[in-house]
Amino acid sequence: MKQRAAVLGTGQTHHAAKRTDVSMAGLLREAIDRAMTDARVGWDDIDAVVIGKAPDLFEGVMMPELYLADALGATGKPLLRVHTAGSVGGSTSIVAASLVQSGEHRRVLTVAYEKQSESNAMWALSIPIPFNMPVGAGAGGYFAPHVRSYIRRSGAPEAVGAMVAAKDRRNGSLNPYAHLQQADLTVEQVQASQMLWDPIRYDETCPSSDGACAMVIGDEASGDAAADGVAWIHATSMRTEPTTFAGRDQVNPQAGRDAATQLWHDAGITDPLSEVDAAEIYVPFSWFEPMWLENLGFMPEGEGWKLTESGETALDGQLPVNPSGGVLCTNPIGASGMLRMSEAAKQVMGKAGDYQVDGARKAVGHAYGGGSQYFALWLVGAEKPE
Amino acid sequence: MSYSETGSRGGATRPAVVGFAQSDCVRRTQGTTNGVEMLVPTLAEAFEQTGLSKSDIGFWCSGSSDYLAGRAFSFISAVDAIGAFPPINESHVEMDAAWALYEAWVKIRTGEVDTALVYGFGKSSAGTLRRVLSLQTDPYTVAPLWPDSISIAALQARLGLESGRWSEKDMAEVAARSLADARDNPQAQRSGEASVADLLDAPLTADPLRAHDIAPITDGASVVILAAADRARDIVSRPALITGIEHRVDSPVLGARDLTRSPSTEMAGASLDVGDVDVAELHAPFTHQELILRDALGLGDGVRISPSGGVLAGNPMFSAGLARIGEAARRVMAGDADRALAHATSGPALQQNLVAVMEAQS
Repeated sequence: MKQRAAVLGTGQTHHAAKRTDVSMAGLLREAIDRAMTDARVGWDDIDAVVIGKAPDLFEGVMMPELYLADALGATGKPLLRVHTAGSVGGSTSIVAASLVQSGEHRRVLTVAYEKQSESNAMWALSIPIPFNMPVGAGAGGYFAPHVRSYIRRSGAPEAVGAMVAAKDRRNGSLNPYAHLQQADLTVEQVQASQMLWDPIRYDETCPSSDGACAMVIGDEASGDAAADGVAWIHATSMRTEPTTFAGRDQVNPQAGRDAATQLWHDAGITDPLSEVDAAEIYVPFSWFEPMWLENLGFMPEGEGWKLTESGETALDGQLPVNPSGGVLCTNPIGASGMLRMSEAAKQVMGKAGDYQVDGARKAVGHAYGGGSQYFALWLVGAEKPE
Repeated sequence: MSYSETGSRGGATRPAVVGFAQSDCVRRTQGTTNGVEMLVPTLAEAFEQTGLSKSDIGFWCSGSSDYLAGRAFSFISAVDAIGAFPPINESHVEMDAAWALYEAWVKIRTGEVDTALVYGFGKSSAGTLRRVLSLQTDPYTVAPLWPDSISIAALQARLGLESGRWSEKDMAEVAARSLADARDNPQAQRSGEASVADLLDAPLTADPLRAHDIAPITDGASVVILAAADRARDIVSRPALITGIEHRVDSPVLGARDLTRSPSTEMAGASLDVGDVDVAELHAPFTHQELILRDALGLGDGVRISPSGGVLAGNPMFSAGLARIGEAARRVMAGDADRALAHATSGPALQQNLVAVMEAQS
């Protein structure tokens, strides 16, 4: 029988293109120490550690959790390493939650990271694979045709992508940890920036970041005992489908729709747009905001862009999307998903500072990975789930 | 969604192993490094054993390594072996698939699902395994020296010999027994009859290790199917109920721990009831490591050790630990054992260890 679980505390690093001031272990500890301070726990309170990151080839260390065991405080404890493509930060959070929900552990430390400056992620992603269409040059080249297809199918105005980018960068400037700080970036400036992978322009693209994110997840008693707010985990879901097969809808993948359907069902939500107060959605290229708004069921198919265009996804809108600035401001790949989960938690804990959404009681965290084929979601709330 | 009001772990569902299949252990496959060619027939065999099909599986979890495959996201292509559409509820660990089984075991205990399929795969032959594994060490202070996996194990064996904890003869006896047992394992890569004296006459490979002390380089894949206890009896007549599963990790600093012991195995074993097991399948890629593990788990002479031949007879990276759980479960399901222990290891010199205990579901 399932036990209740809650996020007791969160922490993250200051993110930058190159964190040459710290080792991998140092980077992780920056996030871990902040999360443990936020959760008011010490090492003796931690029963197990769950770590996630994207491919080991990004740093050139095979299964780095082995070398990191001491720095993670995991020595003598159970240590799990999750790897599910770009969704890994989300999946890692969910695995950590399940260790508490199953009744195995009382408090679990979970952490995700990427130190992208150790290598070149774009080319690490572009290794030719037998029997697969080559990625070409990184994720942007892979996803650009999906974006073109979305624009054609939905008839969305061209400016929508630039609106997302300007909005997320504005939000990110309110977040002291965000990598890109571009408070004044305008829609016109985004539209005038270099075209990288038509129709994705430079300013509509996520950065490459060094960074880490950590959370402490605790059981019901720990959540009850917390002095200030915790984020109760109301529901989690994960879905996977293959990269390619005949008839696959890569713009609005069924795996994402199925994951969302299960999430809303398990959380008892019938109208996501009116019942969810904030959404942290994995948007590495601007157009993925309207695409995922449809895939998640916030908007009907073909109409996601309308919510963006009307300004309703801004910080003061009906559904603030990525109030933290999102992946467009900060992208340490392995940690990006956990940042979405923890930023959703911060909103319902009332700890989001200058980008706090007024009165946020329920928030969703979302991550996706691979060729839009891995999805991880959670819904957190200020109140205990029934 | 309903929640339990109590905080007790005793009330959680107890998962059981209901199926196990593995590919032949071979020195080299011609297939791709994503394991699809090894996994397709192995998955089919596990489904045939259990009468289940893809749509019956509530959760999927796999274990593999990008470094073994030599490319990022290698596990994504492995999903093609499943035919994962409609989409599946799925996860992956960058570890031996024994830890994927742990994640699946936890998932069943949350009550979210009542069946899970776990798989692991690895094409060890794709690179120079001993050098690939050296990249598991500290990238700042150790890996630049390229200490390969066999040399590190040799240092461990040497420490045991010099401290008197074991002899080269003890090590050869482990190899002789493993190879003899493997004659009954049609999927073994190595088997045969050899006297301890003959083994000790062989030349040294990495002093003090001889060829028989070192697990072979193996390509392979394994599949285990789990079901919640109340579902398991409908699938097989004698499920192997997992009564406990624990894992721990030791410090990576080779100079900071006593390499002749395995504290993480001792801790995992101490958290379980490992007494009265009939059989123990141990994941010991080097003969002396079996001696360490038997000691750490307090396995006496009455316990049958690795009747499959163990990983000295075939060591498919990232599925060998899962296969130990499968082999132990198979003994229980077949009625050859009432209680069985399985162990999996990961990292240099037995750094990380998992122990599971299974018994026939009454």
